[in-house]
Amino acid sequence: MNFKLRVWRQKNGTAKGAMVEYDARDISSDMSFLEMLDTVNENLIHEGQEPIAFDHDCREGICGMCSLMINGVAHGPERTTTTCQLHMRKFKDGDKITVEPWRANAFPIIRDLVVDRRALDRIMQAGGYVSVKTGSAPDANSIPVAKEDADAAFEAAECIGCGACVAACPNASATLFVAAKTAQYAHLPQGQPERSKRAINMVEAMDRDGFGSCTNHYECEAACPKGISVRFIAELNRDFLKAAMTTAKFGTLPPLPDFEE
Amino acid sequence: MNRLVGLFSTSIGRKLMMAVTGVLLLGFLVAHMLGNMIVFQGQDALNAYADWLTGHPMLWIARAHLLAFFALHTYLGVRLATENRIARPTRYQHRTRHQASTPASRYMILTGLVVLAFVAYHLAHFTFGAVDPGYPALVDDQGRHDVYGMIVHGFRQPWIVGTYVVAMLLLGTHLIHGARSLFQTLGLNHESFNVIIRVMTLGLVMLIVLGNISIPLFVYFGLPTH
Ligand code: HEM
Ligand code: FES
Repeated sequence: MNFKLRVWRQKNGTAKGAMVEYDARDISSDMSFLEMLDTVNENLIHEGQEPIAFDHDCREGICGMCSLMINGVAHGPERTTTTCQLHMRKFKDGDKITVEPWRANAFPIIRDLVVDRRALDRIMQAGGYVSVKTGSAPDANSIPVAKEDADAAFEAAECIGCGACVAACPNASATLFVAAKTAQYAHLPQGQPERSKRAINMVEAMDRDGFGSCTNHYECEAACPKGISVRFIAELNRDFLKAAMTTAKFGTLPPLPDFEE
Repeated sequence: MNRLVGLFSTSIGRKLMMAVTGVLLLGFLVAHMLGNMIVFQGQDALNAYADWLTGHPMLWIARAHLLAFFALHTYLGVRLATENRIARPTRYQHRTRHQASTPASRYMILTGLVVLAFVAYHLAHFTFGAVDPGYPALVDDQGRHDVYGMIVHGFRQPWIVGTYVVAMLLLGTHLIHGARSLFQTLGLNHESFNVIIRVMTLGLVMLIVLGNISIPLFVYFGLPTH
C-alpha cells in the first residue's frame, strides 16, 4: 500500500512548526500505524534526514504512550483502539493521511508529534492514590466488595492515561481522565475516607494546569481507546457537589514541585 | 477558604452554578410562555393578567432575582467559553471529526449571546417601548395598559415576526443542549437514563419554543377572534 502523509514537524518546544509531506511506499496492510511511521523514518534516515519523533512504548495498547491525531481523530479512525494497535488495512491504498500531535495548552510540544503529558501526572499527584500503609496482602474477602462495585472500579481503572480525551475535547478538558482516576477509588471501600478531598484536589489540579472544562460534548468517550464512559464524569460531578457540603477543604493544593528538564 | 468562593474558583463549581442558574431560567421560560398563552383568550383576559402582574407586590423581587440569575449565567458562560478557547491555543490543521458532539453543544456561546441580544431587544420592544414609542401610551377601554393591542400591532410587521421566530429557534437550540446537559453537570446521569432525559427535555424545549412562536405567527396570519 502507498500513502501520502502530511506530518507536523517541529524542532523543539519554541521553534515554529509546519506540516511536511512524505510518501509512505510499499506498506504492508498488516503493519500498525506506528510500524508504517517506522518505515518512513528508516527511509528518512537513509536519506540523511531527521526521522519523525513520536511517542510509543508497549505497542500492545496498554501503556498509554502512543498518541497522534490522525485525520482529525485521536488514535485514528478505529474506535476503542490505540494508534499502536491501528492497522494500515483500515485505510485505503493511496489515502492522504494527516498526522498531528495532541493539541492543548496543558500539553506543550517537545518535538514533532511528541507532547509533554506530565500535567496528567501532576493531577495524579494531587490525589490519585490511597494514603494508607497497605502492608502485606490482606486475607481474601476480609474487605468484601460487591461484584458490581469491583466491575465499575475496574472499568474506570482501564484508563491508560494517554490523553486522547484531552486531544479530542473541543475544550481540551481532562475531565474524563480525572473522572476515571477518581472513580476507580470511589467504587471501593479503600477509597472512601479520602473521596471528597480527592475530588476537590484533582479538579483543582486539572484547572491549575490550564485544561478546559467539560461542556458535555462527549467527544472524549468516543475517542477513548478504552471506551471509558462519561457516566464517570456524572459521578465526579456528583462527588464534587457532595464534597462542597462536607468539611473537605478547597484551595489546599501544595505548590507545584519544580520540575527539572 | 469560604466554601462558596472555593466552589466558584473551580471549573466544576462554576459549571454547577451554570446548571443551577440554567434550571431557574428554564423555569421562568416555562412560566412566561404559559402566561403568554393567555393572549389566545382575547384582549380582556390578557390585559387583566398583565395588570395583575405589573401591580403585584412581588414583581420587583422576582425581577431582581431573574436579573441576577441571568447576569450570573451570562458571566459564567462567557468566562467558560473564553477559558476553553485558551485551553487549545493552536487549532488542528485537519478538520476534527465530530463523533459525539452536536451543533447545539458546540455553538452554546453563540446561541447564548443571541439570546442575550434578543432579551435586550424584547425588553426594548414591549417593556420600554423603545422600538415603537407609541406602545406605553396604549390603553384599553377599561383604562388598563393595552398589552394585547401592543402584541397585535407589533406582530403585524413581518420583520418583527421574523426576528422573534428566528430568536426562538436559536433559544431552542441553546436549550436542547442545555436542558439535557444540566443533568450530567448536576451528576444526575447514567447511560440508562439517556433516552428518557433526551425525550423529556426535547419535549419541554419544543413546548417553550412552539408556544412562543405560535403567538407572532397566529397574529400575523390572523388571530382567531373572540
Ligand atoms: C433564557 C435564558 C437562558 C437559559 C434558560 C439558559 C439555559 C442554559 C442551560 C440549562 C445550560 C446548561 C448548563 C449545563 O450544562 O449544566 C446552559 C449552558 C450555557 N449557557 Fe445558557 N441559558 C440562557 C441564556 C444564556 C446566555 C444569555 C448566555 C450568554 C453567554 C448563555 C451561555 C451559555 C453557555 C456558554 C453555556 C455552557 C455551555 C455548556 O456547558 O455546554 N446562556 N444554558
Ligand atoms: S504504545 Fe503502549 S498503548 Fe500504544
